[in-house]
Amino acid sequence: MSLVERQDTMSQDSAVWNGGMGSVSDYMALLKPRVMSLVIFTAFVGLMLAPGSVHPVLGLVAILCIAIGAGASGALNMWYDADIDEVMSRTRKRPIPAGKITRDEALAFGMTLSIGSVVTLGLLVNWFAGAFLAFTIFFYVIVYTMWLKRSTPQNIVIGGAAGAFPPMVGWASVTGSVSLESFVLFLIIFMWTPPHFWALALFKSGDYRAAGVPMLPVVAGETSTRHHILTYSILLAPVGVAPYFLGFASPVYGIASAILGAAFVALAADVWRKREGDEARKACVRLFKFSIFYLFLLFALLLAESLIVGA
Amino acid sequence: MDQKEEGVKLTPEQAKKRRSRSIAIAVVLAALVVLFYVVTIVKLGPGVVNRPL
Repeated sequence: MSLVERQDTMSQDSAVWNGGMGSVSDYMALLKPRVMSLVIFTAFVGLMLAPGSVHPVLGLVAILCIAIGAGASGALNMWYDADIDEVMSRTRKRPIPAGKITRDEALAFGMTLSIGSVVTLGLLVNWFAGAFLAFTIFFYVIVYTMWLKRSTPQNIVIGGAAGAFPPMVGWASVTGSVSLESFVLFLIIFMWTPPHFWALALFKSGDYRAAGVPMLPVVAGETSTRHHILTYSILLAPVGVAPYFLGFASPVYGIASAILGAAFVALAADVWRKREGDEARKACVRLFKFSIFYLFLLFALLLAESLIVGA
Repeated sequence: MDQKEEGVKLTPEQAKKRRSRSIAIAVVLAALVVLFYVVTIVKLGPGVVNRPL
């Protein structure tokens, strides 16, 4: 559109402009604060577990940049998925479907924060971590949101990698590299994501069906989803204990993670057994809630141990 | 020269929201200035004035 044309459009109804209605809190909501809090936590654990040390101010800058980068991914995800968000009850109140922020505004906001967080992390901490953060944003927005989410029921398996990268970026902020230990932190979140989201998808499958998102329960059916949940839970349990076997966590962590992993598998088996009615729904909700507690506790234990050893 | 008559006219609510966003942006920019200053001190310390030409 040329400048002249644009001016014409403006002057036709110069008093009407549906943008500019977003408050500061609406823009904060674009950053998906709850997801961001988990990213901050896991990135912090990665940063604390990494060998060597980082100046506290630089550590703070690294966490801040990772958090903003994650928030920017959330904003770009909401920009692209506005049509889906409008249909699903869980996401209908987000700023774009609610009419508070336009898609263009969300895109500009997300891009500004993405570039800002990557450049700041690169300049102030190190460029390996900066590049890793850029890759994480790319993976979440391009690979997951724009490509996989709408095309394959394996969307969250591969896309889950984006949510699993933050502890590796935190680690890279200290060491400037990746290692087996940081990869194990990645693997815990990577294996945890599918059963966590499929449990949610089982009791929200109507939503995903309405939005046309090919989540596993919609495409492969609920029985197949239950098989998948159980399989991934059985694979997750030993991965959760791996930090002990690889020698960067104590026997206390080893025992606790084994018990938590067994509980995870037991709840997944419960989901697998109960397939009809309210009992089935309750089993899914229980697994979904426990999965959040499980991941939080594993990382909290690793963090506590690193603080005790460091003290 | 009634150019001000043309273009987008903000409603009072849009103007109010824009003001609150502008203040938030100002606060963020000020925080970034402080952040870059502090990191400069942390990274270079007293060496900040001792740079060869």
